Amino acid sequence: MSGVLTIAGVELGSRLVMGTGGAPSLLALEDALVASGTELTTVAMRRVARPTPGAAAGDTSMWGLLDRLGIRALPNTAGCFSVREAVLTAQLAREACGTDWVKLEVIADDVTLLPEPLGLVEAAEELVRDGFTVLPYCGDDPIVARRLEDVGCAAVMPLGAPIGSGLGILNPRNIEAIAAAASVPVILDAGIGTASDAALAMELGCDGVLLATAVTRAVDPVQMARAMRLAVEAGHLAVGAGRIPRRERALASSSPEGRLDLAL
Amino acid sequence: MAETLPAPHAVVNGEPYPLDAPVPVTDLVARLVPGSVVDGVPQGVAVALDDAVVPRGAWESTTVGPGARVEVVTAVQGG
Repeated sequence: MSGVLTIAGVELGSRLVMGTGGAPSLLALEDALVASGTELTTVAMRRVARPTPGAAAGDTSMWGLLDRLGIRALPNTAGCFSVREAVLTAQLAREACGTDWVKLEVIADDVTLLPEPLGLVEAAEELVRDGFTVLPYCGDDPIVARRLEDVGCAAVMPLGAPIGSGLGILNPRNIEAIAAAASVPVILDAGIGTASDAALAMELGCDGVLLATAVTRAVDPVQMARAMRLAVEAGHLAVGAGRIPRRERALASSSPEGRLDLAL
Repeated sequence: MAETLPAPHAVVNGEPYPLDAPVPVTDLVARLVPGSVVDGVPQGVAVALDDAVVPRGAWESTTVGPGARVEVVTAVQGG
């Protein structure tokens, strides 16, 4: 058991937070979510589709899926480029999903998809004041992370690399610095490509990992979801176990005492 | 002359929505997403009227008239 992750007083039995974007179907997504063991999963807010006679409920079943699996929904403000858009989207999400938790995204532009730090801090402050539990998606700048914590965010979620890139953790020292300084949970969000990236995030001191694409677009999403679950757990266990210090030179692991003295 | 005037409408999710008279938000949502209101309680859907959220409790008493801008959103895969 890798212990629980506590965010804003709520205990989650898994340190892996899942995104749901990129899955080819809800059925494939369901299997991957179950395999991941996640207890917190992001959803996006979008306009409802126009009704087509005889059609199924469509994407509204995203809501039903999480409900059925007993997974807490974490609505995001994906696609918001301004403070105003992000705040209104969060308020709509609170109404639609019945939760005041929000993964806050204020994105700088649709090419880099990088967080816009000034708007992010402003929106975070406004939402905290409005009673939200804010989990901001931010860059890997330790000072931005500190500001987000200062305005009352319940966690900080720095990126490892740009969204969907699968490049892993480009600036491990900054992630380590953010984790060392934060007094709220740090969740590595975005950039994860494979299991070792997730384990590294935990070894750098993160409290959890949020990923979507690495699983939903893997050749075998269910197997990758399980790999991520184990990787997060392994990284967390390794931190608790206390790794050996790095050395410049080799250190024999077998004692030289009692060694054979052969005349060869 | 009547033919040259555009028919009264609201803009719902970015598209013109013909409206002769104001309708409660509840009715609009029920027409738009038939399965989303169960026993009078909206399920997983939220509404903004002219860029302000309409809380669930105010759906009956709030009306959408011609010229209004309405967003009706729900949770989908993402993030």
